[in-house]
Amino acid sequence: MRFDWNWDFTLEILPRLLRAALNTLIAAGVGYALAMVLGLIFALALRSPWRLPRTLLREGLEFIRSTPLVVQIFFIFYVGPQIGITLSPWVAGMIAIGLHYSAYLAEVYRAGIEAVPRGQWEACRALNMSTRDSYFRIVLPQALPHAIPGMGNYLVGIFKDTPMLSVIGVTELMQAANSIGSETYRFLEPYTLVGVIFLALSLPTAGLVRLGERRLRSKLGL
Amino acid sequence: MDLSAYPLELPESDRPMVRFLNVTKSYGSLVVLDNLNLDIQRGEMVSVIGPSGSGKTTVLRMLMTLETINGGVIYVDGKPLTHMVRGGRLVPADEAHLRRMRASIGMCFQHFNLFPHMTALQNCMEGPVQVLGLSKAEARARAEDLLAMVGMIDKKDQHPSRLSGGQQQRVAIARALAMRPRIMLFDEVTSALDPEVIGEVTEVIRKLVAEHDLTMLMVTHQMGFARDISDRICFFYKGKIEEQAPPEQFFANPQRERTQQFLRAVKDAD
Amino acid sequence: MWEFLQTYGPRLLDGALVTCAQFVLAALVACSAALVAGLGRLSPVWPLRTLATLYIELFRGTSLLVQLYWIFFVLPLFGLSLPKFEAGFLSVGLNVGAYGAEIVRGAITAVPRGQWEAGYALSMSPARRMRRIILPQALVLMLPPWGNLLIELLKGTALVALIAVPDLMFVAKQINGTTFRSAEAFGAALVIYYVLARLLITPAMRGLERTMARRLGRA
Repeated sequence: MRFDWNWDFTLEILPRLLRAALNTLIAAGVGYALAMVLGLIFALALRSPWRLPRTLLREGLEFIRSTPLVVQIFFIFYVGPQIGITLSPWVAGMIAIGLHYSAYLAEVYRAGIEAVPRGQWEACRALNMSTRDSYFRIVLPQALPHAIPGMGNYLVGIFKDTPMLSVIGVTELMQAANSIGSETYRFLEPYTLVGVIFLALSLPTAGLVRLGERRLRSKLGL
Repeated sequence: MDLSAYPLELPESDRPMVRFLNVTKSYGSLVVLDNLNLDIQRGEMVSVIGPSGSGKTTVLRMLMTLETINGGVIYVDGKPLTHMVRGGRLVPADEAHLRRMRASIGMCFQHFNLFPHMTALQNCMEGPVQVLGLSKAEARARAEDLLAMVGMIDKKDQHPSRLSGGQQQRVAIARALAMRPRIMLFDEVTSALDPEVIGEVTEVIRKLVAEHDLTMLMVTHQMGFARDISDRICFFYKGKIEEQAPPEQFFANPQRERTQQFLRAVKDAD
Repeated sequence: MWEFLQTYGPRLLDGALVTCAQFVLAALVACSAALVAGLGRLSPVWPLRTLATLYIELFRGTSLLVQLYWIFFVLPLFGLSLPKFEAGFLSVGLNVGAYGAEIVRGAITAVPRGQWEAGYALSMSPARRMRRIILPQALVLMLPPWGNLLIELLKGTALVALIAVPDLMFVAKQINGTTFRSAEAFGAALVIYYVLARLLITPAMRGLERTMARRLGRA
């Protein structure tokens, strides 16, 4: 192992890392899509009139939020075969990361829905709208602006958590850097490049999220 | 800014407690105070009145050095406050000079600004212990005396959140006095108070005027109170002193058109 | 399940103790880093401000796992070799500290301006104003977000297993590797993490919030 930076080596491994970075983006995108849908289902279920399922769900989501994602990834990946379902690393990883972030997004949605004034519900009732229509046509569109900042933060968050998928062998950025390291015994360039690629992707994204948030706020007159 | 025309120190023969000399204050292109000249004599009580936006609060905040000035010099007891002498010339004051100079000035705010994490007594001891270096015992004795003077001794161990606005303001006055200032500034100290507790605060200020040898500058909306206790009224309009006079003369026989308009408007509002 | 716990319970507890140690040390690192960087962000001295911003953006812009590997595998190439245990809590602490710095900065700026002015009117020096007047009030404001951040910190410590610190997650993985009883091994680990988070950290932070509120005379 040497300390000096090798540019030839850097150029050699860069394409491989960039390909892996694409996988990282796909993983983050798919995981986030899953989290958005699951999160919405959970958020609506949290408002269901049945008390016991509601309490169970709330505790379950609390559990997911309070325990490490990396352990959850292992759990889902290894428990499948034990009960006779074999999940590929990708599938297991997407389920784990999607479920983990759905617990956070459910909370974001819930706060957004609660921010919609009571009068809107009453107006829906007065117009004799169904609960479904009230949610999807009136309440959720108004809840969305309140939820967007939180949703943006968790999009950046999910992206930064994708390296954990390397622990079950999903071929994303971290995994690629690990393999390069174990093949060549050089760690300086691959790990530093991973950091640089992450910065290059997450700083603009975070900036965009902040900009979007400001735009939205000024548009809503907040 | 050319400072060579300003004296490094005011002569013994002409040394008011406070002198604003050609003081200008602006925010960008907005001129808040325009070439202000104002003297306040030792032991004098001056009330500053005027419509909102006339720059009256800025006068107090400049004297407390909470605001920097854009032109002119402010002198306190003959010595420059906003500037200091270096190499025989006036240069803008540094932090150390400001701290030394403002030790002689105390201020009470519209919203009290008591420290919420300290009791009334601790609020009054904080400055003496931390800044003046008094022992805890000395500071406590001084604070208790002052709290008794403002009628808050039985609430000395309460936090500000447990006190009414009037009580908080009385503690704030005691806190400022605990630093033994020679100049006291009151910035709309009754404006945030419910009408029924205004009296308890003005009572304390009356007592100060009667019993102490303080130089005081007060921004207020209460014309009756200003008339009762002031030695002089200063009416500000659009960043300038429009008129100043002893209270009897000012209220009975205002000279300027603007002053008459303002006093009429205030009377109608009452 | 019962005999699983009888056999492997002690090892899991050993792992949990290592996790607790990592948590406490990382929390100390995080709090100090957050305070220094949060104050640095507000400093009138621009090199301090730049340094603080650099630290915050660097650690928030990349992943904890990347930072952990970098500190453990790459720093030695610069002559700074850290044992895995120290590299573990240092990485987690520095990562969380960057998020904490923004909480510190936000809380300090949320203290009303009048408090600064009142301290100023009492001739207090800037440092004394910060220490005696502003920080005690900011502390109360920042406790609730720190409660959440400490849970994230606990979760973050699970990653130190990947550089072979024998913490709870490491033990669970080892047991899984030798017995293939994945549900029990990882399930037990998850439950222990949950207990640490909800029965220790959360109540402790709530208690602290109540104590501080009482000191403000608000309780």
